[in-house]
Amino acid sequence: MINAVGREIPEEILKITGKEPFKGNHYFDGYEYKKDGPSTRCVINSEGSKLVENIHEVLVKCGIQDGMTLGFHHHFRDGDYVVNMVMEEIHNMGIKDITICASSLGKAHDKLVEFIEDGTITNIQSSGVRGKIGRAISEGKLKGLAVMRSHGGRVRAIETGEVRIDIAFIGSPTCDDYGNCRGIGGKSDCGVLSYSMVDADYADKVVAITDCLVPFPNFPAHISMTKVDYVVVVDEIGNPDKIATGAAKPTTDMRKLMMADYCTQFVVNTPYFKDGFSYQTGVGGASIASTISLSKIMKERNIRMKFGVGGLTKPMCDLLENNQVDALLDTQDFDLNAVESVINPKHFRISAGEYADPFNKGAVVNKLDFVILAALEVDVNFNCNVVVGSDGIITGAQGGHPDTAAGAKCTIVIAPLLQGRIPAICTDVTTVTTPGESIDVVITDYGIAINPRRQDLIDAMKNVDLPFKTIEELRDIAFSIVGEPERVQFDDKVVGIIEGRDGTVMDVVRKIKKFEFSGE
Amino acid sequence: MEIERPAMAGTLESSDCQVTVEPGDGRIDFTLESAVINQYGNQIRKVVFETLSHLGVDNIKISMVDKGALDCTIKARVEAAVSRSMDQFVNALWGGAFE
Amino acid sequence: MINLVKKRLRRTMMFLNAQKPGLIKDPYIYRPDSIILDLEDAVAENQKDAARFSLYHALKEIDYRGCERVVRINGLDTPYWQEDIRCAVAGGCDAIRIPKVECPKDVHRVEEEILKAEKDFGMPEGMILIMAAIESARGVMKALDICEASDRLFGIALSGGDYTKDLQTRITGTGIELMGARQNLIIAARAAKVQCFDTVYTNLDDMEGFQRDVETIHLMGFDGKSIVNPRQIPIVHDIFTPSGKDIIFAEKVVREIEEKKEMGIGVFTVDGKMIDIAFYDGARRTIELAKASGVYKGDL
Repeated sequence: MINAVGREIPEEILKITGKEPFKGNHYFDGYEYKKDGPSTRCVINSEGSKLVENIHEVLVKCGIQDGMTLGFHHHFRDGDYVVNMVMEEIHNMGIKDITICASSLGKAHDKLVEFIEDGTITNIQSSGVRGKIGRAISEGKLKGLAVMRSHGGRVRAIETGEVRIDIAFIGSPTCDDYGNCRGIGGKSDCGVLSYSMVDADYADKVVAITDCLVPFPNFPAHISMTKVDYVVVVDEIGNPDKIATGAAKPTTDMRKLMMADYCTQFVVNTPYFKDGFSYQTGVGGASIASTISLSKIMKERNIRMKFGVGGLTKPMCDLLENNQVDALLDTQDFDLNAVESVINPKHFRISAGEYADPFNKGAVVNKLDFVILAALEVDVNFNCNVVVGSDGIITGAQGGHPDTAAGAKCTIVIAPLLQGRIPAICTDVTTVTTPGESIDVVITDYGIAINPRRQDLIDAMKNVDLPFKTIEELRDIAFSIVGEPERVQFDDKVVGIIEGRDGTVMDVVRKIKKFEFSGE
Repeated sequence: MEIERPAMAGTLESSDCQVTVEPGDGRIDFTLESAVINQYGNQIRKVVFETLSHLGVDNIKISMVDKGALDCTIKARVEAAVSRSMDQFVNALWGGAFE
Repeated sequence: MINLVKKRLRRTMMFLNAQKPGLIKDPYIYRPDSIILDLEDAVAENQKDAARFSLYHALKEIDYRGCERVVRINGLDTPYWQEDIRCAVAGGCDAIRIPKVECPKDVHRVEEEILKAEKDFGMPEGMILIMAAIESARGVMKALDICEASDRLFGIALSGGDYTKDLQTRITGTGIELMGARQNLIIAARAAKVQCFDTVYTNLDDMEGFQRDVETIHLMGFDGKSIVNPRQIPIVHDIFTPSGKDIIFAEKVVREIEEKKEMGIGVFTVDGKMIDIAFYDGARRTIELAKASGVYKGDL
């Protein structure tokens, strides 16, 4: 069956998953449903402590068995120890057939590959699977289907009951003996716990894991004790250096600076750039450089940002420090500056649901003016690929890409035209993550393409001196330099699905096939 | 044109390719390792074979480690490797074969 | 036959190692006016042969989108320079840069080889231009003769590193060690009506020092500067492009001179400055430069 972005979704996959093919961003607008709450075990005694000796004990208390679904967050990014610690113990207990429902997995979790290979883990649901896990899935080693979701999509899946989390593990920089968790105040701070809030609300059992036990009450709690069953103290929940890195230095790469400049010039010439605008950006060199030059123009023209969203880094926090923005809405803190900024009264923590869930009564992304994103590939229909590399291996993460792109009034993708010999602008992306209807502008080092759907933006840029081209022209320039690429050949077997925000199937990921010269 | 001794040209830097040639065993024996083999494997082989044909070489063992080189770089590296594999100094005819 | 593009905008001439495919594949993205594909200093001895193949195919296949393609051949004291010229001409380069030129004969020898190669490869004769790099005290002293040595020669460039060694001093960053050479070369170039280019600035951590350096040579009359990194390009273009104010003033001067000439008036003031006919050429040049740089929106 062909879906709304022209992708073939095998009938079998629709049957196995019970999902519909993607039908357009607003297909479920106005849809009504009943949320599926967790089972809750009352605690009426006065023992006053939920501390459990170690991970093994807490798994026993939670009744761990084969086939369970476990929830994890990725606020510790490449510095996370929690997932590996828990899965190691589960493996040692001989448990099998586990489904991991993580907000994301990365290089820190390469160890899980051995648990995939021996059947401890049979299903993975995640925003991304960077590193060896991605390769293992692409090679067909996971017994079940991998499900790749956006941040908003994960909340939807949990709240509708599509996914039931049996036990959620929440790595918490500080925690008291009754389960009040905070993302700051410890030795492995991550700032906020946005992605795990839905786990705390909907998982049947919730375990807080901390390396910094503090006296009760650990208020204001980022996650309340009323949702936490047990607390385990370990030596280290993560590596602080990799959790919150030092601030990235502004890029000196001419190409990135050029693209950053184009981006800033584009933003300031749209009708949305006026006093009280809202803005979200990523962590790429060009995105950061663009934010910095944008702040200069904001100063010159006396324009204030009403709120910034993210995924926060130093440049966004600097805007708060310098009183150029009224509020920051925080879902994740990438560097130390962002973590330290969390205590600022205008720096607000928001849950992943408040941020991006399409199945609630309206989330932050719907109020966003600008979002600056990256992409591995963009095709001539403006569809983006953020997840599957040019070698066919799952390598990236959806993150909030489809959520912010769908919600923002002006969605900008920055990508260098060529990544090595691979054209970033192509005729058809390897796999669709974000549909073209969400993408408004693509900025490359060779020129800028505006989505023909946005005549209003095209009109706004009529007298602006920037190198505008059609997306086909950009693709043709790329092909004229590197030659037209052949499509990656895949095996027939489907190893994973790219799930749309609304739970429909955006695309499928197939097993990789070893390259063979044609005509041999 | 016969390959007289093993020779190499190019580097493993990004956008370059490293080509190693040896005397062949009666045919063109081509092996390729490339980060972009899925998209450009066939194109790379086409360019290599065309370059060898242009030089009048049909008996060679040639292997390439490619780091995303464009066609012009592939041609240059193949020609340089073949030229180095000749016993005497050859004058490239620049546009023609070697003399 | 004189090459019609002998005189063109050459504010920036960016050096690129012909042996580095990653660098030569799309340098035009940074928009230098000229690129210098280097077969000389950037290429190791044992790679000189491979560099030629890289150069030939790059010239033949890569679309440099309007950048002038100059090839720096090896010195006339090496066994490489003749084959370098054959390769560059066959590839269809725009110009040859000769290093270490000390006398007109150096230019003549190169010109001979170029002509031979143009004939051999069926290129229109006289099409390939020449620029001479001056890198020694003797070269500086012979600058005027060198400038006049060939119709193909469009300009001379100072190569400060080797020159200061020849002087038995070093690059200081203040420019004092380059004073004599810079002054001599710009004078010789203007006397011979060819262009003059300044040496590279290699300290990429000191962009302010670079800016001051470029402002200095701009005021001295140089046509452009040799570049080693794309970050340097916008700074040079900025300084060498007439500002809005300069253009308006130049337009006034041109119009006023033409008007006053009709009226038989030789000397007058424009914006408080004393102007006579001698200012005409400079004002016209400013407008031509503005046009070439793409910033002129008037109708002169």
